Amino acid sequence: MRTSFIAREVGGGLRRNFTMTVALIVSVAVSLTLFGAALLMRSQVDRMKGYWYDKIQVSIFLCGENSLAYNCTGAVTDTQRNEVRATLEGLKPTVQEMYYESSNEAYARFKEQFKGSPIIANVAPSAMPESFRVKLDDPSHYDEVAAALEGKPGVESVQDQRKLLERFFQILHGLQTFALAIAGAMLFVTVLLVMNTVRVAAFARRRETSIMRSVGASNSSIRLPFILEAVTAAVLGAGLAAGTLVAVKQYVIDARLQPNLTFIAWVTWQDVLAILPWLFVVGIGTAVLASGFTLRRYLKG
Amino acid sequence: MIRFENVSKQYKNSQRPALTDINLDIEQGEFVFLVGSSGSGKSSLLRLLLKEETATSGNVSIDGLDVGKLSNRKVPALRRTLGIVFQDFRLLPSKSVFDNVAFGMEVIGKNRKEIRERVPEVIELVGLEGKEDRLPSELSGGEQQRVALARAFINQPKILLADEPTGNLDPSTSVGIMKLLDRINRTGTTILMATHDVAIVDQMRKRIVQLEHGTIVRDQQRGMYGHTGH
Ligand SMILES: Nc1ncnc2c1ncn2[C@@H]1O[C@H](COP(=O)(O)OP(=O)(O)OP(=O)(O)O)[C@@H](O)[C@H]1O
Ligand SMILES: [Mg+2]
Repeated sequence: MRTSFIAREVGGGLRRNFTMTVALIVSVAVSLTLFGAALLMRSQVDRMKGYWYDKIQVSIFLCGENSLAYNCTGAVTDTQRNEVRATLEGLKPTVQEMYYESSNEAYARFKEQFKGSPIIANVAPSAMPESFRVKLDDPSHYDEVAAALEGKPGVESVQDQRKLLERFFQILHGLQTFALAIAGAMLFVTVLLVMNTVRVAAFARRRETSIMRSVGASNSSIRLPFILEAVTAAVLGAGLAAGTLVAVKQYVIDARLQPNLTFIAWVTWQDVLAILPWLFVVGIGTAVLASGFTLRRYLKG
Repeated sequence: MIRFENVSKQYKNSQRPALTDINLDIEQGEFVFLVGSSGSGKSSLLRLLLKEETATSGNVSIDGLDVGKLSNRKVPALRRTLGIVFQDFRLLPSKSVFDNVAFGMEVIGKNRKEIRERVPEVIELVGLEGKEDRLPSELSGGEQQRVALARAFINQPKILLADEPTGNLDPSTSVGIMKLLDRINRTGTTILMATHDVAIVDQMRKRIVQLEHGTIVRDQQRGMYGHTGH
């Protein structure tokens, strides 16, 4: 069939069915935005994991003047510090890299992280504990390191950073699952809306379709305008969802979060652009399947 | 060209058969009236040719093509070789005369150039030149039926099926439609027309096939409605 003829039929159908079309576009947009948000969160977790797991895995905090830990008797001495360093050296190759951070360095990093925050005024450099930052060949070897160092003189505590991060990732994962669940429910609503829209459209145009059939139009050309109507609405909805994600990246992540939370690796434009096609794939796929299924029932050849 | 062999049709939700053991041969270029009282099976017979219904037993064929065994996918191709006109015109109310006629070409994928050439020709053939831009609601019944005829004839079908095309028209308007059908018939198109219209049948003096209770009770060349010819 000629494209201009189809375009006219589709345009006419969408206008006639205006309220339904708007409802359809909005529900496609909402479900795909949530779907996209869930994918974005997953990319975010991947980014952060890659960034942090690569850096530190275990922190060994040393006693300071005011440490309250029970095996701390005042600030760590040079001998104790060398002892800890030697123990860590002895744990190679489990300990892959290690790096000593003094109180002053810790304070400088802290100041950098909380730039402009009044909290800095309340913290003295001496309050920041010195530490060894250690990277393991395999993060699951944490217990081995902890057993060797915990309770040693001069060691205040041994922290598995990965565990801390993991709790945070769990929260993100929970959010992601939640977003996916709502996206799924909205997608279900979208399917019902597509089915209803197509059913109403098929009923409104039963005269046209019966005439088309009687002059020998093929089944596919009778169904095509209806399917294209649903697809058009889905593309518009997916476009809105894509626009929303781009806006989140531009105006929320890049403009607000990134400058304030510099120690976090944020999703890149590449991550966002990789998600966008999936919105269209899911949107168009849903529209085609739901409308095709409905037409099979309501436009019997 | 059209052949019914021992055809019977029994609708699922009806006690008696709509058609019983129909045998009928129609040659290319013939003009055949299908007459009979209401419920005698005229529309059912036409629907079998369109494959809107399938015969319960027997064979229906067009040009040697077994219509009953046609797969759903091939039905559109069959219908493109047939033109159809109904009592209630079946025009699209929101489309102009031109677009209604062009619709028959658009749905089978003809291009704009072919449509621009062919549609005015056929509109002229049915005598509606100058009314191309009107909507069906702005036409008389007779004019609407001319539009429907133009649409049915636009792709030059070999066979034109008409189910009481004059049923909603007054006698003088009906005569105009019959003249048009006669003209179309003279181009070589086979016409099978179901009707109750005694005056028309008597005037035209064409072949008459009469159905009663689903069986053919008369098949007569150059017949009159009321006379059996014996
Ligand atoms: N879809 C159907 N389902 C069940 N029975 C049907 C159906 N269509 C027609 N019939 C029955 O088949 C018989 C023949 O009907 P048909 O419509 O062919 O008659 P007809 O000769 O066209 O009548 P009319 O002159 O009133 O149009 C009737 O008894 C009718 O009730
Ligand atoms: Mg009838």
